Amino acid sequence: MATGAQAWTEQLVEAAGVNLQLVKGGSGPPLIILHGELGHHGWLRCHQALSRDYTLYLPSHPGFGATERQDWIMNMRDMAGWYLEAIDDLDLSGANLMGFSLGGWLAAEMAAMSPDLFNKLVLVSPAGIKPPEGEIYDMFLVVAKEFLTAGFHDTSATPEFLEICPDEPDSELAEAWEVAREEACRLSWRPYMHYAGLPNLLHRLKRLPTKIVWGEDDAIVPVSASQVFHQSIPGSTLALLDNCGHHPHVEKADEFVAIVKDFLSS
Amino acid sequence: MFIGYFTERPYQDPKSGYFGATGKPIMDLSVSNEIYDAQLGANLYNRYLDEKIYAEEMGFDGLMLNEHHSTPFCMGGAMNVEASILARITNRAKIVLLGNIIPIWDDPLWLVEQLSMIDMISRGRLVSGWVRGTGRESVAHNVEPHYNWERFKEAHELIVKAWTTPGPFRWEGKHYHFRHVNPWVRPYQSPHPPIWLPGVVSRDSLMWAAEQRIPYIMLATEMEPTKQAFQLYHDTAEELGYESGPQNIGYLWKVHVDETEELAEQTGRKYVQGPSNPFLAGNEGTNNPALLQLPGLTSRRRVLPTQAVATAARGGGAGPAGVLGRPYEQQIADYTIISGTPKTVIPRIRHVLETIRPGSIFFWDGDGAMTHDDAMRSLRLMGQEVLPAVREIADELELPGPFEVDPATGKPYVAQVNGPAAVPEGATTADD
Repeated sequence: MATGAQAWTEQLVEAAGVNLQLVKGGSGPPLIILHGELGHHGWLRCHQALSRDYTLYLPSHPGFGATERQDWIMNMRDMAGWYLEAIDDLDLSGANLMGFSLGGWLAAEMAAMSPDLFNKLVLVSPAGIKPPEGEIYDMFLVVAKEFLTAGFHDTSATPEFLEICPDEPDSELAEAWEVAREEACRLSWRPYMHYAGLPNLLHRLKRLPTKIVWGEDDAIVPVSASQVFHQSIPGSTLALLDNCGHHPHVEKADEFVAIVKDFLSS
Repeated sequence: MFIGYFTERPYQDPKSGYFGATGKPIMDLSVSNEIYDAQLGANLYNRYLDEKIYAEEMGFDGLMLNEHHSTPFCMGGAMNVEASILARITNRAKIVLLGNIIPIWDDPLWLVEQLSMIDMISRGRLVSGWVRGTGRESVAHNVEPHYNWERFKEAHELIVKAWTTPGPFRWEGKHYHFRHVNPWVRPYQSPHPPIWLPGVVSRDSLMWAAEQRIPYIMLATEMEPTKQAFQLYHDTAEELGYESGPQNIGYLWKVHVDETEELAEQTGRKYVQGPSNPFLAGNEGTNNPALLQLPGLTSRRRVLPTQAVATAARGGGAGPAGVLGRPYEQQIADYTIISGTPKTVIPRIRHVLETIRPGSIFFWDGDGAMTHDDAMRSLRLMGQEVLPAVREIADELELPGPFEVDPATGKPYVAQVNGPAAVPEGATTADD
């Protein structure tokens, strides 16, 4: 449903047998962005900035947003396998791929399954690996608002925080969070938010240029996991952001966009 | 009328501070077991078993147990252990398990063996209920809440098949996989122990019980929505072409009897003191709102009228954690607690029976901060005065229990003495 004033469109497109909710905007080479465990948070400043140089594709994964849940998808590898066919159907072979948190884990699985399908990979505070130090924050023992808040180092210094997490979420947003929590649960209840084989599978990314971005103060996925990603993916580069929590693209949007643009254009 | 006795077996430690109206708040899954006192635990387990023996002596038909995990309000983390002991140390009463939390176990075959052994040792006195468990159970044993209902149904089918179909056979389901099913213990009752279903919230569960033609027991819910939920059961039965009645429905609520009205009030207030169940109205525990809405555990759109009431009473489902709001006086007023002398208690029980017409009832007593003496006084008075009066009322109101009239057919059983054949024939099978 495009409106004249906005830089993006939202539609349902058929992909791999599913009506996929897809937000699209910008111009330039394709950049697919995979959302995290609470779904698509809307068109943010970072999207606006990246859309000047790239055509952004922001799908809602099956089970999130308006994309219908697929009962057969019982884990992240199932989801990744489905997405590869969706990318075929959307004719997005050769795109850049970026994922946040749970979406970072998904991106890593997809890339490991089919590294030649992508141009470059950006993993932003991805889940998927058991951190050598610390534990991944248990999102299912708190309500969505508490979980979101814990993901920021300093909410008061993050203007977009209240857009993502208003003081009084309306019923539509509360419902969207519940739907997202349920699918996140399906993908990651146990083992929680990780897959033991992933570090070994990631070795296949040795030919795919990969950037890992992490907040030094990530209270959701401990930054110790960044080292495992970095070591598991030969040739990958790691950017750590100071005074930054689990959402660098929101909390440090300018810095984040600069890192990503620099990486994708190099 | 089938009359059972229940207590949730709280861990009562006056020294812990988690006790009494001015104690520290108890939030779900937030109390560390570092405070656990082994001597106290041993005393309490034995106390609760002693009270069950006395309840049988006082004439109760059923001794009910339940199970919760990682919480001080219910010490029955392995309820089947208590049931096993009761199987040996009691003689007559049914051992009513309401119930085993079948979705949270990855090995339902172990339940098949445990329950068959309990049925054997008790010579056919087991009533084997199932529950889906609360969020805390899914968390404590770390089983996917979103598959709770699917696992419930598949585990039920597997258990019933293992009880009724000679092995060995293979089971290749969605959630359970067994290459060799051939347990070397079979149930004493034929075809298998009756299966009952307790519940408070889920419409799916109630409808399933009606489809299975098995008794559905509402747990400490308020009367009007309970009545509505039971009507839904009866309507479903009618649609399915059988006549349900009191034998199909049961109700558990708080009933305490004491020697004087003063003592009854003083003791009745203990229901809402100490580590009582925070999920049930009026207690002092604090809910963890995330556990109330664990993703996918209960269909958010398919809840019973009781849940609508509970949610409103709790200030909405998604709000911040809060102490449940229904004070003792309100619970007395709406009959969810009845406490008094036999003279005042009996007419109030009559009112409940007239209103919701259950064939099975369970008196929930000896809970919260109540002591062993509190529980024993009440049991004695129940046995001497209340149970005989309630049986008369039930006869007058024509409220047959599930061992008098077959819940599956609505037909009375032919009286039989002793032995496993007295069990409801075809009370449930997976294919019903």
